[in-house]
Amino acid sequence: MLKTFSLGGIHPAGNKLSASSAIQVLPIPEIVSIPISQHIGAPATPVVKKNDEVKVGQLIAKSSGFVSANIHSSVSGTVFKVDDIMDSSGFRRTAIIIKVDGDEWLETIDRSETLVTEISASKEEIIAKIAEAGIVGLGGATFPAHVKLSVPPGKTAEVLIINAVECEPYLTSDHRVMLEKGDEVLVGTQILMKALGVNKAIIGIENNKPDAIAHLTKLAVNYQGIEICPLKTQYPQGGEKQLISATIKREIPSGALPIEVGAVVQNVGSAFAVYEAVQKNKPLFERIATITGKSLKNPSNWRFRIGTPVKDLIDAAGGLPEDTGKIIGGGPMMGKALTTVEVPLTKGSSGLLLLPREEALRKESKPCIRCGKCVSACPMGLEPFLLMVLADKKEYERLENNAVMDCMECGSCSFTCPANRPLLDYIRMGKGKVGQIMRSRK
Amino acid sequence: MSIIVITILALCAIGVTAAIILYFVAQKFKVYEDPRIDEVEEVLPAANCGGCGYPGCRGFAEALVKADDISKMNCPVGGATVMSQVASILGHEISAAEPTVAVVRCNGTCENRPKTNQYDGAASCTIAATLYSGETGCQYGCLGLGECVEACNFDAMYMDKETGLPVIIEDKCVSCGACVKACPNNIIELRNKGPKSRRIFVSCVNKDKGAVAKKACDVACIGCGKCVKECPFGAITLENNLAYIDYTKCKLCRKCVVVCPTHAIHELNFPPRKEKPADKPSAEAKAEEAPKAKPTANDETTENK
Amino acid sequence: MNSKVLVAPSPHVHGGDSIQKNMYGVVFAMLPALVFSFVYFGMGAIIVTLTAVASCYLFEFLISKYLLKKVPTLNDGSALITGILLAFNVPANLPIWIILIGALVAIGIGKMTFGGLGNNVFNPALVGRVFLLISFPVQMTSWPKPLGFNTAYLDAETGATPLAIIKEGLKKGEPLSQLMHDIPSNMDLFMGNMGGSMGEIAGVALLLGLLYMLFKKIISWHIPLTILGTVAIFSGILHMANPEAYAGPLFHILTGGLLLGAIFMATDYVTSPMSHKGMIIYGIGIGLLTVIIRVFGAYPEGVSFAILIMNAFVPLINVYVKPKRFGEKRK
Ligand code: SF4
Ligand code: SF4
Repeated sequence: MLKTFSLGGIHPAGNKLSASSAIQVLPIPEIVSIPISQHIGAPATPVVKKNDEVKVGQLIAKSSGFVSANIHSSVSGTVFKVDDIMDSSGFRRTAIIIKVDGDEWLETIDRSETLVTEISASKEEIIAKIAEAGIVGLGGATFPAHVKLSVPPGKTAEVLIINAVECEPYLTSDHRVMLEKGDEVLVGTQILMKALGVNKAIIGIENNKPDAIAHLTKLAVNYQGIEICPLKTQYPQGGEKQLISATIKREIPSGALPIEVGAVVQNVGSAFAVYEAVQKNKPLFERIATITGKSLKNPSNWRFRIGTPVKDLIDAAGGLPEDTGKIIGGGPMMGKALTTVEVPLTKGSSGLLLLPREEALRKESKPCIRCGKCVSACPMGLEPFLLMVLADKKEYERLENNAVMDCMECGSCSFTCPANRPLLDYIRMGKGKVGQIMRSRK
Repeated sequence: MSIIVITILALCAIGVTAAIILYFVAQKFKVYEDPRIDEVEEVLPAANCGGCGYPGCRGFAEALVKADDISKMNCPVGGATVMSQVASILGHEISAAEPTVAVVRCNGTCENRPKTNQYDGAASCTIAATLYSGETGCQYGCLGLGECVEACNFDAMYMDKETGLPVIIEDKCVSCGACVKACPNNIIELRNKGPKSRRIFVSCVNKDKGAVAKKACDVACIGCGKCVKECPFGAITLENNLAYIDYTKCKLCRKCVVVCPTHAIHELNFPPRKEKPADKPSAEAKAEEAPKAKPTANDETTENK
Repeated sequence: MNSKVLVAPSPHVHGGDSIQKNMYGVVFAMLPALVFSFVYFGMGAIIVTLTAVASCYLFEFLISKYLLKKVPTLNDGSALITGILLAFNVPANLPIWIILIGALVAIGIGKMTFGGLGNNVFNPALVGRVFLLISFPVQMTSWPKPLGFNTAYLDAETGATPLAIIKEGLKKGEPLSQLMHDIPSNMDLFMGNMGGSMGEIAGVALLLGLLYMLFKKIISWHIPLTILGTVAIFSGILHMANPEAYAGPLFHILTGGLLLGAIFMATDYVTSPMSHKGMIIYGIGIGLLTVIIRVFGAYPEGVSFAILIMNAFVPLINVYVKPKRFGEKRK
C-alpha cells in the first residue's frame, strides 16, 4: 500500500494531457503588465516610474513588509506607465506596464546552463537571497518563500517536504520540471535544507508520475538526505496538511502551521526557483506553466516571462477553441475562472485550463439527500452539508463551532455531491464572515 | 373499579409531586427581569426585522432599557411614533428622526451596462462579490442576484426581470436597512424620504476614472464635477471620481439633474418640467434631456408589482 | 466562441455523480432479490411489485402537484425505490387495495408530509409497512409458501415464517433443538426457500445487491456490516448462554427481514446518519433492537421496528456524533 493522507479525499480524472510535452519557451511579448501584488501579503511598492529604462531582472517593486515579495522586471525596455489594470477577477489593481525593447539581462545573472552543485552561501545568505529574488510558493498559493523559511523562535524544523504531488487534474508543469530539471530541483532542495538547518528532505510525488519518481530516485543517490516518497494518487494531496500527513504521518493541529509538527513544505517549482536564485543570481521573473484543455489543439508546457498576457499563451498553444466556456487560471479544483484573456500571467500562474462550455456549466442544484458523501470526501473531517446550510442561514457562531475555519477550500465536497449543491461557494462565504468576526474579536 | 380509582389516584399524586418540584425549580432559577422590558416590547412593532441592529424586538427592548442614552437607537419600522412611546416609558427625551426610505444607487440595466461574462456560481451576491467584479465591466455596481430582495422582510422589493436591478416599493419600505446590510456592494442607501417623497440622488457608485466608468456603463457617474459646480447649496461632494448628494443639504432644485452628462443623477416623484419658451435654446436642450434622465428602474411610483 | 465566458467559484469540475445514478444503482442492486421473489412466488410477486411501484409514483405525483403545488420530481428514482421496498416488505399474496393504502401511507405520511425527498425522518417504505402490519395483521402475516412460479396469487397455501415458528414453539415451551427440525436448512434459508415477505427471503440475492452497491460506492460498508455484526454477536452470546432457548447467529441473520433491512432499508441516505461514526452507532442500535424485539418482544420480527426507532434517533446522532476532524484539538 502506498502512502496517502488519512481522511477523505477524492479521485478526479487525471487528464494530464500535456504530460509528455517538453517545456517550450514562450516568445517575449511587446508589452508586459506586471502587477505589484502577485503574492499573499502586502502589495510591493513600485520603485520605477514612467519612462525609466529597465533591464531583465531589475527590481521594479520593493517588498513592503515581512509578508510581501520583491518584484523584478521580466523584460528589458522602458516603463510605459504605472497604472491600474484589470486583474484576473475583474478588479482594477496597480501594475507596472513595460514596453519591451530587446532582451538585455542584468550582468549579475548567470545565464549559462551549467549545473552548480556547490552551495557556498550561508544559511542567512540563502534566506536573504530568496527574499531578494521575490520567490513565492509556486504551487498556486503564492505565499512568500522566505517567510516560511524563517522558523519562528521556539520552534525547530526537523524535515523539509517538497510538494511534487501536483494533485490538480490537468496540470503538468511540476511534472515536466522534475523530468527536465531534476538535478536543479535536487540542488534547490539541498539549498532549502541548508536554509532550514535540517538534514532530511522528502519529495512527495504521486504515483501517476512514475517516470518522475524513477528519474528523481535515480538522481537522488548523489544527494545527501533526500528521500523520494511515492504517494497514492488522491486529491487533495497537495494540501500542506494532507502532504505532511501522507509523508510523515503527523497531523497538524487545527489552526496551526506545519512548523508545529517540525515540517516545512515547499513546492518543487519553488525549489527550482531557489536553485536559480541562489546559484545563478536570477530573480523570479519567469516560470513554467501548463496550458491545457480537451479541445485545445496543443496542450503543452511553457516557460514564460511574468506579465505576458494570457492570450499569448493560448495563441502559442493553438488558439482559443470554439467551444470554450470557461478559462481557468490554475487547475480545475482550486483554480480561478478568468473574465477575459487580456490579463497578465503572474508568479502564481501554474497553468491555464480551457474547459468546454458543456463541461464547465454547472448542473442544477437539488435539495440535499443527506447521503453523507460530502462528509466522507472532506479531507478535513468537516460536514460540508451542514456548513452550507449554516452559512446560508448566517449562523456564524455555529459555523465557527463546526470548524468552518478548518476548511481548506479544496472543493472535494462540491465535486462529490450527487445533488450538485454549491457547497464550497457557501462555505467559503461563511468562512470569510467568520474570519471577520474572529479578527474583530481580537 | 378499584383499578380505575388507583390509576386516578396515582396520576393525581404524580401531578402534585411534579407541580411541587416545578415550583421549587422555578423559584430557584428565577431571573430578575426589568418589567419595563415587557412594556417596551409591547410598543415595538414585533416585526423582528433586525433593522435596529439587535436580535429581534425583544433584544432591542432589552438594549433600550439598559441604555442610558437612546437617542442613537432607532426602530426603523415604527419610526418616530414608536420611539417617542418608548422614550416616555423609559423617561427619556428624544427628538423625532426624519423618515427615510431605501434607494438603489445603480442604474446599470442590461442595456446601459453590457455583460462581459456569465456568472455560474451559487446565486448569492455575497458569493459573487467575493469571487470577482461581477458580470459587467463595473466592479462597483449591482450584481443582480437579489440578496437584498431576499433580506427584505416586508415584501418591499423585487427584482425587475427586464433591467436586472432591484426595485423598492416605496409604500411598503419601512426603512429597516436590512437590504442595505445585505448588499455586499453597498449600493442601497437609506435616504431622507423628502417632502412629497421627492428625492434627488446620484444613481451610481462607480469610483473608477471617468473613461473606465463610462466604458463599463453608459449611465455611470464619471466624476466630471459639473453637478458640484452647479449646486447652489453645496450639497454635492466629489470623492474618488464619484459625486454624492448630501440629502440634508439638498433643496431639491433639480439643477444638477440637468447638467449631468450621463444622466446619473435621478429625480423621483417630481412633476414633469415645464416647457421653456423657445427663445432660450440652451434651456430647451436641457429640457429635452430631462425626460431621458427620468430613471426607469428606480422610479418606485411608476412601477408596481 | 460566441457566448460569454462563464465565471464561477472553484471547483470547476464535478465528479458526475447524481441523485439519479445513486437511486437507480440501488434499484439495480435490488434486481436479484426481485428475480428471486418472482421465481418463488410467481404471479403474485409481479402483481404486488407493479401495484406498489405504480401507486407510489401516482401518489407522489398527485401529492406534489395538487397538495404541495410543486413541480413533481418523479425522475429522481426515489419513488421507484420506495415502491419496490414496500413490495419487498409485504407477503406476495397481499390484496391490491391494501397495497394502495400502504403506498399512500408510505409516500403521503412517510415522505411528503416532511417535505419530500431529503427531509423525511423515517424510511417511507417502512412507515407503510408498519402501518399495514398494525392495521391488517392477518393479511400481513399470512405468507404464501414459496411454491415456484405457479403459486396462486390470492388464495395461495400459506405458511409461517421460520421466526414465527420458533417464537410460537418457544412460547409453548418446546425446546429449540426440537423446533429446528421444522425449519428449512441453512442452505434453504440462504437461497430463500422459506415463507416470508417478498423480498426478504433470498439472502444470496440481497448479498449480491450489497456487493454491487459497495462496489459502486453507492453506500459504505458501515451500516450493513455493523448491523449484521451486532446481531451475530448479540445473538451468539444469547445462544451460548442457553442454546435451548435462543437460536444461533446464523439463523438470526438469514431469517426474517434482517438482510433486507440491513442492506436496503437501514442504508437509506435520507434517514441514516451522515458520518461514519454515526453510522456505526446507528447500526449497533438497529442490531441490538432487532435481537431484543425478536427474542423478548411480542412480535416475531423486529427489523422494521428497530430501523424506525433508530431513524428517530438519527437527527440526534447527527448533532452529537461529529466525524473525526483532521488535527482536532482534543480536550
Ligand atoms: S472544501 Fe472544505 S468542506 Fe469541502 S471538502 Fe474541502 S475542506 Fe472539506
Ligand atoms: S454530498 Fe450533497 S446530497 Fe450528499 S449529504 Fe452532502 S450536500 Fe447532501
